[in-house]
Amino acid sequence: ASSRCGEDSHGKLYKNDTETQLYSLKMYSIIHIFYSSYHLWKYTIYDEDEVLLALAEQLGNFTMLVGGPEYVHCLLPPLESLATVEETVVRDKAVESLRKISQEHSPVDLEVHFEPLVKRLASGDWFTSRTSACGLFSVCYPRVSSTVKAEIRQHFRTLCSDDTPMVRRAAASKLGEFAKVLEPEYVKSDIISLFTALASDEQDSVRLLAVEACVSIATLLPQEDLETLVMPTLRQAAEDKSWRVRYMVADKFSELQKAVGSEITKNDLVPAFQNLLKDCEAEVRAAAANKVKEFCENLPEDNREQIIMTHILPCVKELVSDTNQHVKSALASVIMGLSTILGKDNTIEHLLPLFLAQLKDECPEVRLNIISNLDCVNEVIGIRQLSQSLLPAIVELAEDAKWRVRLAIIEYMPLLAGQLGVEFFDEKLNTLCMAWLIDHVYAIREAATCNLMKLVEKFGAEWAQNTIVPKVLGMANDPNYLHRMTTLFCINALSEACGQEITTKQMLPVVLKMSNDQVANVRFNVAKSLQKIGPVLDSNALQTEVKPVLEKLATDSDMDVKYFAQEAISGIQSLL
Amino acid sequence: MRCSSSKPTSEKVDGFTRKSVRKAQRQRKSQGSSQYRTQSAPVELSPLPQLKDTPSAEQQELFMQKLNQCCVLFDFLDSVTDLKSKEIKRATLNELVEYVSTYRGVLVESAYPDITNMICTNIFRALPPSDNPDFDPEEDEPTLEVSWPHMQLVYEFLLRFLENPDFQPSIAKRHIDQKFVLQLLELFDSEDPRERDFLKTILHRIYGKFLGLRAFIRKQINNIFLQFIYETEHFNGVAELLEILGSIINGFALPLKAEHKQFLMKVLIPLHTAKSLALFHAQLAYCVVQFLEKDPTLTEPVIRGLLKVWPKTCSQKEVMFLGEIEEILDVVEPTQFKKVQEPLFKQISKCVANAHFQVAERALYFWNNDYILSLIEENIDKILPIMFGSLYRISKEHWNPTIVALVYNVLKTLMEMNCTLFDELTSSYKAERQREKKKEQERDELWKKLDQFKLGNAPLVQNNSHSIPSVQNNNNNNNNNNSNNNESQEATSTPSDKDLAVTVEVEDSTPCAK
Repeated sequence: ASSRCGEDSHGKLYKNDTETQLYSLKMYSIIHIFYSSYHLWKYTIYDEDEVLLALAEQLGNFTMLVGGPEYVHCLLPPLESLATVEETVVRDKAVESLRKISQEHSPVDLEVHFEPLVKRLASGDWFTSRTSACGLFSVCYPRVSSTVKAEIRQHFRTLCSDDTPMVRRAAASKLGEFAKVLEPEYVKSDIISLFTALASDEQDSVRLLAVEACVSIATLLPQEDLETLVMPTLRQAAEDKSWRVRYMVADKFSELQKAVGSEITKNDLVPAFQNLLKDCEAEVRAAAANKVKEFCENLPEDNREQIIMTHILPCVKELVSDTNQHVKSALASVIMGLSTILGKDNTIEHLLPLFLAQLKDECPEVRLNIISNLDCVNEVIGIRQLSQSLLPAIVELAEDAKWRVRLAIIEYMPLLAGQLGVEFFDEKLNTLCMAWLIDHVYAIREAATCNLMKLVEKFGAEWAQNTIVPKVLGMANDPNYLHRMTTLFCINALSEACGQEITTKQMLPVVLKMSNDQVANVRFNVAKSLQKIGPVLDSNALQTEVKPVLEKLATDSDMDVKYFAQEAISGIQSLL
Repeated sequence: MRCSSSKPTSEKVDGFTRKSVRKAQRQRKSQGSSQYRTQSAPVELSPLPQLKDTPSAEQQELFMQKLNQCCVLFDFLDSVTDLKSKEIKRATLNELVEYVSTYRGVLVESAYPDITNMICTNIFRALPPSDNPDFDPEEDEPTLEVSWPHMQLVYEFLLRFLENPDFQPSIAKRHIDQKFVLQLLELFDSEDPRERDFLKTILHRIYGKFLGLRAFIRKQINNIFLQFIYETEHFNGVAELLEILGSIINGFALPLKAEHKQFLMKVLIPLHTAKSLALFHAQLAYCVVQFLEKDPTLTEPVIRGLLKVWPKTCSQKEVMFLGEIEEILDVVEPTQFKKVQEPLFKQISKCVANAHFQVAERALYFWNNDYILSLIEENIDKILPIMFGSLYRISKEHWNPTIVALVYNVLKTLMEMNCTLFDELTSSYKAERQREKKKEQERDELWKKLDQFKLGNAPLVQNNSHSIPSVQNNNNNNNNNNSNNNESQEATSTPSDKDLAVTVEVEDSTPCAK
């Protein structure tokens, strides 16, 4: 292959005008460099998968380096051998690059160079090359002559019934993509039979990939053919004996629903969906529960409410008390969305009890998912309906033994505060927010600090001055140095939101006082804080109060304190 | 440390419990199989008369009835329902097991379809999703098959059926066909070790009795392994399948077919890259050694293959690899050894110098093996130069006294093998070290000069050689000898460490500076 490429360049070199000659010469040398490194790789040293991966990726961007689209086929031999290696990531990357450069081939080159490569791969001995071939059919099919097209279809058909499951899986995963580039008549004549065969493969890993293809295929067919050509297979997949296949159906349910249209949805998919929600495997139920909202949203509007109320809601009610927490938590992450679809009255009558039950669920994740989606309900019925149950749930999560759970609830605080209003917040939640500041996990203290900042942005500086600033500053005298540092971190976060007045009058004195702290960590954090709040202060305060303190810290016995004091001095220099 | 703790209490216990504690709390779970849903209405079983009390003319008919009765499946997750029927089925299965193992002449041709039907209905099922997605077979308790009280007996029955002297593969092959084998192989992914153990014996019997299925079985195992290596990285039955293969390989005819060699190079060698190697390494190494005993010319490609997939970061796996290499060397032919000695001992030399003492120790144990020792002695002029540098350095530098002692012994053995070469290497090694030391000194000098140059120019950073700028970090590495030493030691507790990173403080403590 290399010599063929060389000849081409030589031919060009001596034929045309000077400019092309010069250009070719340049390209020729680049090709040479490239080829020598390729041979180096092939015969000697670079046998590491990592290197091969990088090579496979880079070759996809080499078109200009080998002389532009005319010469792009020179890249095929190295990519071809990379597409046959065992390591999956390398192979996939090689296929990706091949797909990319296929677009840069002229139709002629595609038939002369690219298509033969695909054929060679498709009839390779070892499964790796045949798997790679599966990904290349669809990129060259649209741009070749009809005889070559027929060959490609034949190759694809062969690979769909390959005797290694790896190859059948690769073919099944590309079935949808290939169907899209085929002429409609071949979709019916070829693809459907392949689809049916793959969907009843002996290996469930193949069958489940056919479900994915089902979405694309259904989109390509006219509505009247769906019932006979696709639905039998899809029905069978929804009741497959392997839970993996049923899981896939559940996971792709919204896509399938869109692809088959509203009539089939009403007649077939609704019962199928009910079954999936009641499946004996929790994995399948969880996947289906995840789709509840989307499924309901996409139901035909004329009898959407009726379908939900009579068919879906009963299943949903059962899922609320499912034995598996993943199922419940999947449901909790979408169930609130139903309220917008069902409207105020239905929500209050039917959904609210479910929300309340989930707010009391034993699993924190379920409660958290409900709380994190409160905004949906807020729009429909207002949050007040929930607040009585909400509060105990929040308090419990706020004190959960797992810090990740505490962290998650903190992140919803600003949102909750916005929806519940300032009075409710002051009354019920403020103490929680302050308690997090002295949590024994740093991540929680940090999040609590950030939370305060967001609250101040929401409720304003005056609120801050009355409610939180005194408490934060009070911690400056805490015997625990970690709490004292939290004061500093809060000041860092709050100064800007609170404004110059509060910062100068209330916060600064505390910070300055802490510069005498006996713990070095506190002292260098004072330096950092002073630098941080510098921009909020006026230059007078900086000059007369901040700078002397920093200068004193710069002579501290502790090296780190000195360092940060110096940093701060140079940091505020520009503000003076 | 400046933040030593003084108050050891913390009010709240955080969610971080030790893995083992969490494990212990979780009760042992067993799981159902996805098969139960296939049956709609519950069936009540009624007891049939005992086979042994029935006149022999009617026994066959009753046998069929009992087989049919055992096709009814029960939900074992629900431990209260169908108790009576479950017990009847258990007793019937017991009786069937006894019937096929002790009675002669019961396996008439017409019985085969019903027998296989009963077996298929009971054992072939979609394995349920794993309860514990990050199941660690080394540490976790496996999830056990909940319907085992019945399933065990069905497996037992299948085994006795296959082992019955009247068993006729020519009739059975209509039922025990490729599809049957395929489903059987899928069950090897079961988390329940009891089930896998049965499957292992059964598949072995089938491989032995059905010549027509042998190639198919090998190919499917091949596919399972390839899928395991390159796609899922998860399959519970790898060890069991390898165990079967070990005895299959043992029976291969010579010369080995290309298919078998390909299996060795393209499947068994890549299997070494699996994360869960520890679970099946013994069986895998056995297979590899079996191949080499069959055909010694495979030694070179196998060793080179192993060197190519040699673990780079996992010491535990490295120890296993060294074990396998020793097993291979135990059976290696001296001519084959010569072909691989150089790359092999380059690797061993790296292992000997490994900072992990178990790796170093495992490699040094090679010198306790008389056969390996004789191979080394025969090729001492090639091997000693490769090993010498590492051994000599380790004898001076390794942190672990056991390793140092072992290295001394090894050096002594090597010296006795070829004293002159050893002396030459010692002196050239010393000269080499001298050269290196000189170079290092020069480098140090240069850095010092650069430092002085910087002192004049950048007063601000002078005291903080530990802080962020990257040039200075490089600096520190080479700077350890000068007076800055104390400071750069301190750098390990740079300020940025103090307030980042720490997500969980161990306890709330009062200030440390006192």
